Amino acid sequence: MEPYEVFRQEREGEPMRHGGSVVAPDPTLALHYARELYARRGESLRLWVVRRADIVELDDQDLLNPPLDRSFKKPGGYVMREKLAQARVRTGQSKRSAGPG
Amino acid sequence: MTDPLALDPVLPEGERSRLPFNRDRPHDERYRAFEEHVLAGGKVEAGDWMPEEYRTSVLRFVEMHANSELMGVLPERDWIMRAPTLRRKLALTAKIQDEVGHAQLLYRVAEDLGKTREAMIEDLLAGRTKFHNVFHYPTRTWADIGVIAWLVDAAAIVAQQALRDSSYAPYARTMKKICWEESVHIMHGRDVVVTLAAGTPEQRAMVQEALDRWWPPLMQMHGPRSDRDKDRDLHWRIKAKTSEELRQEFLGIYVPRIRELGLSLPDPELRLKPESGAWLYTEPDWAELRSVVTGHGPASAARIGFRREQRDATSWVRATILGPAAAA
Repeated sequence: MEPYEVFRQEREGEPMRHGGSVVAPDPTLALHYARELYARRGESLRLWVVRRADIVELDDQDLLNPPLDRSFKKPGGYVMREKLAQARVRTGQSKRSAGPG
Repeated sequence: MTDPLALDPVLPEGERSRLPFNRDRPHDERYRAFEEHVLAGGKVEAGDWMPEEYRTSVLRFVEMHANSELMGVLPERDWIMRAPTLRRKLALTAKIQDEVGHAQLLYRVAEDLGKTREAMIEDLLAGRTKFHNVFHYPTRTWADIGVIAWLVDAAAIVAQQALRDSSYAPYARTMKKICWEESVHIMHGRDVVVTLAAGTPEQRAMVQEALDRWWPPLMQMHGPRSDRDKDRDLHWRIKAKTSEELRQEFLGIYVPRIRELGLSLPDPELRLKPESGAWLYTEPDWAELRSVVTGHGPASAARIGFRREQRDATSWVRATILGPAAAA
């Protein structure tokens, strides 16, 4: 007996999402159990059943979330309010000076 | 052999698959079922059956997109060492890493449609496949980097947002991730442009000059107006909008944002037609677009040449991972 992870697609075009796991002696029975547990109310369009031992995992936070300033990779890292206001003021002034005369 | 999952099936054999075109039946029947599914808004996964016409259309579309992501980093790469501050250098490097990552994701989507990555790179280097017109031009000043990151990415993102609804589901899901990252590139680019526009007279002149140079290629980027009924990519719902719809959307959002900075656009005809809400503009130079995307742009040869050099220089990596034969 070994654990299998079950992924299910709920609606067309959506990604396969992790649903849970089952324990079975072979892939065929794993699929059978997965169908009973994750599709018996017609809630899945498609199932993927994967041997847990075949999953390659990474959860090292030093690699995934290193404690460095990465704000330049996020929209919040760019604050333009003051510069925009400055540019607008300048535009307003240039408009007045570019008026008739 | 008995099917262990349904020893006593309720559905007849012909209805066991949800998607009728996945069942073994005459090609024309499959084709009709597929078309009906896709035209009704249905999605297609990599393992599903699909007509050859659909497969090649999606492949051509995604491959051209992947090529553009890969080639699009070259103009920006030239500015990593010249970025004015450490933070700008970090942001630019991060953007370039994102774009190459997009190329990786998109070549992966394309590979599933039956063309190897090696063949795609080969065709790109030989000029048999295309990449976006804007990446065939040289960059002259730091302001170019702002204009590219803001406006080229903005023009691209109006197209990419519509692709999140593509009938080819692996592409649609990839576009969700790509759009999320592109939105940060636009912020970075706009920040560069706004900083220059709020800066010294020299900085303002520099950003205005860059805008004047990039505007014609930007207006050409989405391509000439096309007949909705004759466009196969629209028919199959691979994409959702015509080139003119995308251009209008781009103009609607970005012309006001450019003008509020006191920058002008080098097109005397550019204005919003009040009664229709549509933008009028001088007809873009389509001959230039055709010439540029077929490899006759001012920087086409240099960009392809650089890519070829890099491919040769990194062949030892492929040899190490894939074995000597694959690295050739």
